[in-house]
Amino acid sequence: MYFELLTKDIRLREGLKACMNCGVCTGVCPSAEFYDYDPRQIVCIVQSRDDEQIEQLLKSDRLWYCGECMSCRPRCPRGNTPGYIIQALRTLSQQLGFFTESEKGRQQLAIKRVIGHHILEKGYCITPRLVAPAMHPEQGPVWDWAVGNDTDFWTKFSPNYRGAGAGALREIDSDAIAEINRIFEVTGGKDFFDTIEAASDRKARQMGFDGADESYVNHTYTFNSGNHGA
Amino acid sequence: MVLNSWREYEKEIADDRYYYARSCIRQNFFPGSETTFLRIMRQLGKDVYDDPRHTSCTGIGYHTDIVPLDTTMAVVARQFALMTEAGYENMAISCITSFGLYTEILETWHEFPETEQRARENLFKATGREFRKPKNIAHTSDIVFHNREAIRQMAVRDLKGLKVVEHIGCHYAKIFPKSGIGGSEFPYVLAGMVEAWGGQVVDYPERRHCCGFGFRNYLVKANRGFSIANSRKKLESMKPYKPDFMVANCPGCAMFLDKWQYALAEMENTTYGADGRGIPVLTYEEMAGLVLGYDPWEMGMQMHQVDVEPLLDKLGVDYDPAAKFLGRAGKYIGAPKPAGVNSFEGDRIYRIKN
Ligand code: SF4
Ligand code: SF4
Repeated sequence: MYFELLTKDIRLREGLKACMNCGVCTGVCPSAEFYDYDPRQIVCIVQSRDDEQIEQLLKSDRLWYCGECMSCRPRCPRGNTPGYIIQALRTLSQQLGFFTESEKGRQQLAIKRVIGHHILEKGYCITPRLVAPAMHPEQGPVWDWAVGNDTDFWTKFSPNYRGAGAGALREIDSDAIAEINRIFEVTGGKDFFDTIEAASDRKARQMGFDGADESYVNHTYTFNSGNHGA
Repeated sequence: MVLNSWREYEKEIADDRYYYARSCIRQNFFPGSETTFLRIMRQLGKDVYDDPRHTSCTGIGYHTDIVPLDTTMAVVARQFALMTEAGYENMAISCITSFGLYTEILETWHEFPETEQRARENLFKATGREFRKPKNIAHTSDIVFHNREAIRQMAVRDLKGLKVVEHIGCHYAKIFPKSGIGGSEFPYVLAGMVEAWGGQVVDYPERRHCCGFGFRNYLVKANRGFSIANSRKKLESMKPYKPDFMVANCPGCAMFLDKWQYALAEMENTTYGADGRGIPVLTYEEMAGLVLGYDPWEMGMQMHQVDVEPLLDKLGVDYDPAAKFLGRAGKYIGAPKPAGVNSFEGDRIYRIKN
């Protein structure tokens, strides 16, 4: 059943031919370097078409370690792309609400609230004020200085910073924003966001939060059980 | 022996009349680099259209799996429609994530024509727009590479005597090796610039390793260990080769390789440059701009966490140290707090003891 659902996704069709379990993908994978993670195993499970194992995978942390760098793609001797297979699995895991069953999966809500909302509201994935120094200590004092002076700083390179016209980080006008929002509605992007919200809200309540509120989002964004290492 | 394997992966790069697709990440972290790209194109006499209507391609959302493929395809289709309406056929794409995505979408449309049909219908339904597919898509580093000889002829200085680590964004050629100069194994887009301008490219073991962005692995605070660990792996691997600077064609990679050096200096008191400080990380626009004699602060090189002054001194650039701290219209905006990555080891030990 799950395998049939997955084959509706062209990335699965493109990403999975026949895997010979050689492990080349795992050898080059930056996630395997860092996490208890093995893309070869993911491909193997999907190829087995075993519903029980696929369901377990859809509910596990393991599904969320991949960084989608696609380093595995040109190296696989059989023309598979584990990264594509993972994209298809992640989409299905969210459609079925299974993503909330794992710590790393639950982070999808934080990403949707931050990046997703920013795309719909501003037309950019990120803008300087979103990368708040308090949440990004690793960005260091230069970023802190630039963001603290953002108008004086960015307008030096882009006179239309947060204003009308062309150029870097101009304000994207309301017509363009409306078009992006309509595209999300027409193509199922908004429904997908709603699915993430609904499943997260259910899970948050189960976990003792008052629904998928800010404290739950913060929890998913910052909590690390420490059980992911290689 | 001269390695010419990259020639198996040459690609056609349009020569003029580009529709410019800006990058969310580059605009945030290297806004001066996009300005510099446009300045270089003007100096070369090229026509580049900078459209106020275009938006994010959703790439960061797509690769964090919150934005479905059909949605991303229709957003990209909208960019194509804007290009068509503006009368252009060649796309110049500033972001590596976008470049990978545009390439992937065009390939997918080719292989699964029903997906192109759906994107056309979705776009029309949502916006009333229609489009022609671009004749040529190039990353902006491809375009600078394409003009490397012309740039050399206009150059006021060269990179002689400098050892350079080049880092290619994963999505430049790992998704479709044919889309990148030199493919995924022998990427030549940056090495070609460095060689044309007299520098020496450093080969080192982890040259092809990801910078460590990993999308969700940086964006979510709890996952950032992945990101810094992978940058660290590259830095450790390049350190013995004593590079004078790094150059990257992906804005994310340039930012991570810079910022994680700061964090590693703070966390582990480790730096990677031969002089005991960090290794400066440049965008290719900045590298080209320095060769062309542009002012570093006009190019936004004050955005780097690892100070670029030691490199500017090696290059003999005549810069005003105080102008680094001037914002719009020459207004003094103060200076960032000092950081260990910019001080010599002895200074750092002193600083920590105090
Ligand atoms: S996906 Fe490819 S590289 Fe990975 S184990 Fe299978 S055959 Fe080997
Ligand atoms: S795409 Fe994912 S599985 Fe493939 S190499 Fe990158 S992190 Fe590993």
